[in-house]
Amino acid sequence: MNKRFIVFLSSRKSWTLPYIIFSVVFVIIPLFLIVVYAFTDDSGHLTLANFQKFFEHPEAINTFVYSIGIAIITTLVCILLGYPAAWILSNSKLNRSKTMVVLFILPMWVNILVRTLATVALFDFISVPLGEGALIFGMVYNFIPFMIYPIYNTLQKMDHSYIEAAQDLGANPVQVFLKVVLPLSMPGVMSGIMMVFMPTISTFAIAELLTMNNIKLFGTTIQENINNSMWNYGAALSLIMLLLIAATSLFSTDDKDHSNEGGGLW
Amino acid sequence: MVKKILAQTYLWILLLLLYSPIVIIVIYSFTEAKVLGNWTGFSTQLYTSLFTTDTHHSLMNALMNTITIALLAATASTLLGSVAAIGIFNLKSRSRKAISFVNSIPILNGDIITGISLFLLFVSLGITQGYTTVVLAHITFCTPYVVLSVLPRLKQMNPNIYEAALDLGATPMQALWKVIVPEIRPGMISGFMLALTLSIDDFAVTVFTIGNQGLETLSTYIYADARKGGLTPELRPLSAIIFVVVLALLIIINYRAGKAKNK
Repeated sequence: MNKRFIVFLSSRKSWTLPYIIFSVVFVIIPLFLIVVYAFTDDSGHLTLANFQKFFEHPEAINTFVYSIGIAIITTLVCILLGYPAAWILSNSKLNRSKTMVVLFILPMWVNILVRTLATVALFDFISVPLGEGALIFGMVYNFIPFMIYPIYNTLQKMDHSYIEAAQDLGANPVQVFLKVVLPLSMPGVMSGIMMVFMPTISTFAIAELLTMNNIKLFGTTIQENINNSMWNYGAALSLIMLLLIAATSLFSTDDKDHSNEGGGLW
Repeated sequence: MVKKILAQTYLWILLLLLYSPIVIIVIYSFTEAKVLGNWTGFSTQLYTSLFTTDTHHSLMNALMNTITIALLAATASTLLGSVAAIGIFNLKSRSRKAISFVNSIPILNGDIITGISLFLLFVSLGITQGYTTVVLAHITFCTPYVVLSVLPRLKQMNPNIYEAALDLGATPMQALWKVIVPEIRPGMISGFMLALTLSIDDFAVTVFTIGNQGLETLSTYIYADARKGGLTPELRPLSAIIFVVVLALLIIINYRAGKAKNK
């Protein structure tokens, strides 16, 4: 056997092996399969017909553009509402803020669909018609925790002496925020954007329930095609979404590790 | 002072918004009406019928499936992810970056892509979809979060302790068990809890990997239910119970953590 491989096996580096194998089988190969299906037809022949179909279908493109619009609005509202919340949470006394943070995740334990249906009931109750507004509310409601945590985490880790230094040097509160706090918390905002933007485009259940099937998002289009056994076209649409994801992540993360996303939630 | 009150008020309003649908579910779990939002007088009828097994056998089945899938997936991904994190931590920076990149794929992809890609995998391999495929799919999207929860713990750890244990005659296994595991345990626990939450709440990945053998989780049960037009009324008391149980658990955990800190 290769000597270097034996050295690898006997060190703790080899502990990555199970996960590497698992990832290849359940992450890499499946993504590769999306590409394969996207460029083939039912009988397995190479073709571009799936993409042609997308670009010739104004309906599919409209849904795509519309979904991006909804996702942008949702993400913006999440930042506007979530940033102050994260800021306040990170400023209150540690013990109490932990409890508050937990309070913000707790709703996630009630099934996402039950919550969404309850939102529908809430709108019925205050007699607001379902539609775009309800959809955006539902999206914000479901995804705002994913905006609050990453921002909360970066703010929590921020060295407060920077703020004091800025104040000592005569910056007013607005300047302190714009020149110190905001730039330092940008990594958190960026991961928040990633965690909100993508799920918003891809969810289908929330949109279906909150608009009584009147508004279709891109996720719904993909799901319908897969459900109707149009796997190749569905795969092509998924690939288009994957490209969008790749573009977004290139734009928002420059090579930083995501170590602050998962940690500190509990 | 005014600022503080304003800040607190803001948080409470946000929380109120977040909790209003849940409050509605809890309130309407105490009335018999079929439709949510229609109050027909106080009654605990829904709670009794939830627990008389014949009538809501399938709902309870779905609940059991949801819980066992979540426990299996969370346990497996905590083990897989923790071992992987220790390995990744010991890698040189280039291979570490490569694995971290692969690790972030399921997080960034979004449920639907993960679901469809796994669906295509199982279809291509001719694997009948069911309980096992759902668990595997859940492990796939939970493990990255475990890795991300454990890695920071390893970074905070003093690397010399492990070496010291070895110098003092511990075998690598003993050193792992007595030194590394206690250090990363908080990360493992939060990873496990996160995995549990994600698995229980998941719908999109499940729906693509569950197959058509009649297996249901809470999410797919509710989705099918909602599509038929109504929602099984017993879901209201069920959700209320889940909510209260989790709330109680979190309060206990937090209380104990607070006590441990004060010591």
